[in-house]
Amino acid sequence: MAKPGPKRTIPGTTLFDGEQARKGYALNKMCFSFNSAHNRAAFQRDEAAYCRQYGLDARQTQAIRERDVLGLLAAGGNVYYLAKFAGILGLDVQDLGALQTGLTKDEFKARLLAAGR
Amino acid sequence: MATLVGGVTTSHVPAIGRAIAQNLQQEPYWKPWFDGFPPVRRWLAEVRPDVAVVFYNDHGLNFFLDKMPTFAVGAAPTYENDDEGWGIPTLPPYRGDPALSWHLIEALIEREFDVTTCQEMRVDHAFTLPLKLLWPDDEVCPVRTVPVCINTVQFPLPSAARCFRLGQAVGDAIRAWDSDARVLVVGTGGLSHQLDGERAGFINRDFDRAFMASLIDDPKWATQYSIEDLVELTGTQGVELLMWLAARAALGDAARQVHANYHIPISNTAAGLMAMAPA
Repeated sequence: MAKPGPKRTIPGTTLFDGEQARKGYALNKMCFSFNSAHNRAAFQRDEAAYCRQYGLDARQTQAIRERDVLGLLAAGGNVYYLAKFAGILGLDVQDLGALQTGLTKDEFKARLLAAGR
Repeated sequence: MATLVGGVTTSHVPAIGRAIAQNLQQEPYWKPWFDGFPPVRRWLAEVRPDVAVVFYNDHGLNFFLDKMPTFAVGAAPTYENDDEGWGIPTLPPYRGDPALSWHLIEALIEREFDVTTCQEMRVDHAFTLPLKLLWPDDEVCPVRTVPVCINTVQFPLPSAARCFRLGQAVGDAIRAWDSDARVLVVGTGGLSHQLDGERAGFINRDFDRAFMASLIDDPKWATQYSIEDLVELTGTQGVELLMWLAARAALGDAARQVHANYHIPISNTAAGLMAMAPA
């Protein structure tokens, strides 16, 4: 049986593999809970307590507190669950795109429009 | 035997749900996308499907990382949509077709696709929005449905070649189903886009165009690529083209294009639509 080779490097991209899924389980489980309006309200009442309830580590808790999208990804967050956290903040995927690329939202949208020309 | 009338493949961006709810279909931003659908709806009115088998990927409504099936087939009498946490309206429940579900499950496991079977299954925007785009005027979706969910959340993902073979097996099973039903296959997702990381906003028009053409001219073309290749070429979410491949493969060796549309961007996504019929 062939041994798995070294991980493929794709610039600006982290594949959500087993390593990330293990690291991010608590964070993603918390974000998955945000499917429920009741849980979203509980998070908003006391963010720190909600993070503790789900057992987030210090790095994950800090990234939640600072709305640090790249930090959340590095801490094992998966974008589909993180999008539910972003929903609480009233952010859409273009806001997330801007936050991750260091662009303003208008600049990020302009880049997408340019891709179609 | 059942008739496989054709396939529709389409993007499923959540923002489409918001645009429908706010009636923005003819706004300049949205018009190039929504205007792709009337020809497909006219064709559907001609081929009159009774049931749709929908290849889609769940985004954390039904499945979480506690249990993450690679392939899951719905076997429920009804499928409910629900709150996904980002404010798009919840659509009414969908009728299932348990007889077709169990026929597919038996046929797939016979062909060594060891699927997870789901007698309860919530369906997210990737399932609901494409059906709403196809039947916008029906409050309740007028066809029965069978969801087939392919994991694109947690790597490793099933390969493009494997998803193609899954689609072939589904198509063979539909054609062998002892029923007079008329069956549509739907594949939702893509085309190129990436939501996460410094490469967020990545789009690859040339690849998307080549991929759409390949579905008619050389349907196995995309199976030459590994999952990692596809992520690099189409983005972390562009890999949802696996659903298109499965739906196309179900149609058999030859298919003709009924209609196609491609528009950049919707939200962060290069949005594509194709309708195909077995040739």
